[in-house]
Amino acid sequence: MSVNLQSAPATVRDSAPARREGPRKARGLPRVGALFVSPYVLFLVVVFAVPLVYTVWISFHRFYFTAPGTDVDSPWVGLSNYKDVFTDPVVGRAFLNIVIFLVINVPLTVGVSLVLATALNAKIRGRAFFRAAFYLPYVTASVALVAVWQFLFGSDGFVNHLLGSHAPDPSWLVNSHLAMPMIAVFVTWKQLGFFVMLYLASLQNVGKELYEASAMDGAGRVRQFFSVTVPGVRPATTLVVIYAIITGANLFSEPYLLTGGGGPDHASTSPVLLMYQKGIEQGHPDFAAALGVVLVAFVMVVSLAARKLTERDN
Amino acid sequence: MLRRTAYALLVLALAGTATACGRSAPDPAAAADARGPITVWLSNNAQEVQWGKAMVASWNERHPDQHVTAQQIPAGKTSEEAISASIIAGTTACLAFNTSPAAVPTFQKQNGLVSLSDFPDGEKYITERGGALTDQYRSTDGKFYQLPWKSNPVMILYNKKLFERAGLDPEHPKLATYKEFLDTSRKLVHSGAAKAAIWPSPSSDFFQPWYDFYPAFAAQSGGKQLIEDGKPQFDSSAGRQVAAFWRKLYAEKLAPQEAYPGDSLNDGKAAMATVGPWALAAYKNSVDIGVAPVPTADGGSDKHSFSDEKSAAMFSSCKNRATAWDVLKFASSAGQDGKFLETTGQMPMREHLTEKYAAYFQAHPTYRAFADQAERVVEVPNVPGSIDIWQTFRDEWTKSVVFGRESTPTGLRNASSEITDLLNEYGDPS
Repeated sequence: MSVNLQSAPATVRDSAPARREGPRKARGLPRVGALFVSPYVLFLVVVFAVPLVYTVWISFHRFYFTAPGTDVDSPWVGLSNYKDVFTDPVVGRAFLNIVIFLVINVPLTVGVSLVLATALNAKIRGRAFFRAAFYLPYVTASVALVAVWQFLFGSDGFVNHLLGSHAPDPSWLVNSHLAMPMIAVFVTWKQLGFFVMLYLASLQNVGKELYEASAMDGAGRVRQFFSVTVPGVRPATTLVVIYAIITGANLFSEPYLLTGGGGPDHASTSPVLLMYQKGIEQGHPDFAAALGVVLVAFVMVVSLAARKLTERDN
Repeated sequence: MLRRTAYALLVLALAGTATACGRSAPDPAAAADARGPITVWLSNNAQEVQWGKAMVASWNERHPDQHVTAQQIPAGKTSEEAISASIIAGTTACLAFNTSPAAVPTFQKQNGLVSLSDFPDGEKYITERGGALTDQYRSTDGKFYQLPWKSNPVMILYNKKLFERAGLDPEHPKLATYKEFLDTSRKLVHSGAAKAAIWPSPSSDFFQPWYDFYPAFAAQSGGKQLIEDGKPQFDSSAGRQVAAFWRKLYAEKLAPQEAYPGDSLNDGKAAMATVGPWALAAYKNSVDIGVAPVPTADGGSDKHSFSDEKSAAMFSSCKNRATAWDVLKFASSAGQDGKFLETTGQMPMREHLTEKYAAYFQAHPTYRAFADQAERVVEVPNVPGSIDIWQTFRDEWTKSVVFGRESTPTGLRNASSEITDLLNEYGDPS
């Protein structure tokens, strides 16, 4: 009952009716595929598409959450919620914070994870240990990691004890100039293991002969890294950049936990944290919905720009 | 076929979503007279849970046909968030014995609360139980949507051992005026006895002013609320004195700008804290605690403070409201209030506590100061947009007082102006 897939295209080319009647098994493949993807399609529709459409609807209405059975008007307000979002100085600060975050986090993530992946791809002693060590923060709960960073970078923390009188004042996590960079570095460290893994997978596709050929041409380790490794893993770099942008723009746990809810004085507030504060704490889901839509648009624009940049030579 | 499968999946997903989001509410008219089993929520404070379980057991023994189940409020960052989410989902318990008055306007707007004034004896019961203390808890429509249940009047708790270590008299601490408080704080920190004189959370959570600014403002202003007659009251001489006092504490590093990851008083990192009597039980095995009134510029006696009151409220998802109302009256009866005081050390919202429960205060003299203070408490204003208003105030407070990025008078002026706009907006939601 095996199907000769090699011969199927010829049959299809030779006879139009055969294309309609077709080898049923071959035409059945998409149906099997549909079955396999259906759980994820369901997931996407229920937890992504429906809420997204509802969010867009809320963003154009005066809306608040009510108890069941409550008959309240949700009048159309046009762009009023968006006007509130764009004129709120805290929103502007939150997006500026995200830009600061991305400017630090994305290049740092790409650079450090690629260097580490290259090192861990080589035959070094304790390779398995190092791979696990770098991956550990990624699978550890943020709450636990935040406690470690507070121990390190708190005003009475280990780092300030080392620095003595050179410690920043106010300290790292309550310093309006340092809070966001600290979060960017924290997230880079936390997610490094995941991105190292992506690069390690990608490095397996870079042919050894390229390294041998470049070595014969006199390229050293550094030249090989920039001329063979970096171009060789470019598709992975695109993925890493876009993924880092998306996760970075959706920052919540770190400013919520590490800097006490976006402090000091909103210096580390993120748009998602603000959505939580406005939508859940303060009862303005319409404002939060409009902010969410703006954030989605922001992420799409930045991601597309990053994709253009990283894929330009592909 | 593939298209049909896709459509079927889509319909299934949408139907599932609609079912999950489908919500229904009990008929208010039928529920008002209905009796039967109900659930009540308690805070997660160990002593309150102990009292709540005993209270419920006592009720169930007398009313086997109207069984009450006690549970702790579902976990969340705050009880208010958990209750708000439950209101929206229609899954609240009938009663919650830990409702913040600041959240009541929001719950009311969500149509999540039952007006207790609408019970035939509702108005009479609430006002007779709480006396003059109840007036601050009426909503803007004149009705009670909460029963003012218990207060935790905020006072200064201090660690006697740390005071002694700093060379201060732990039995007669000099904390009455701002000058005395600052001098005492300097001695505590500069002597190395404590890392911080006092360590309230400097974070920007909307409720944090209740533990730094508001008790001090209540004391300094002679009992003013944040908002009275629809106008902010804090951009005043009293407000400016309070802000300047706290700014000094932060500027001189007597109060840290970074949140402490734990309980700074319990851990011996701070020598003082602004807390209510609930904390005495928590500290009894770890810290030798003394109690003092909140300071004012000139000292004096009979000062006001923030109540840190929690109310009991009935929720619109309750199907057996007649039973719920009876349980509420039973739980807040004089007898149960006495047991609550005995178990938790928190103050029932009744007048003249030291006379009503004289034996208790004779046996527990530390709590007497809180009972006296409970006669002079100020509540958060019961106005629409309450949480927005507190958040706005907090943002300006952290900017000016905690981090000194603008002057304290400017911070108060900005907050007053922004809150006036919010009050106008909420007064005219169109």
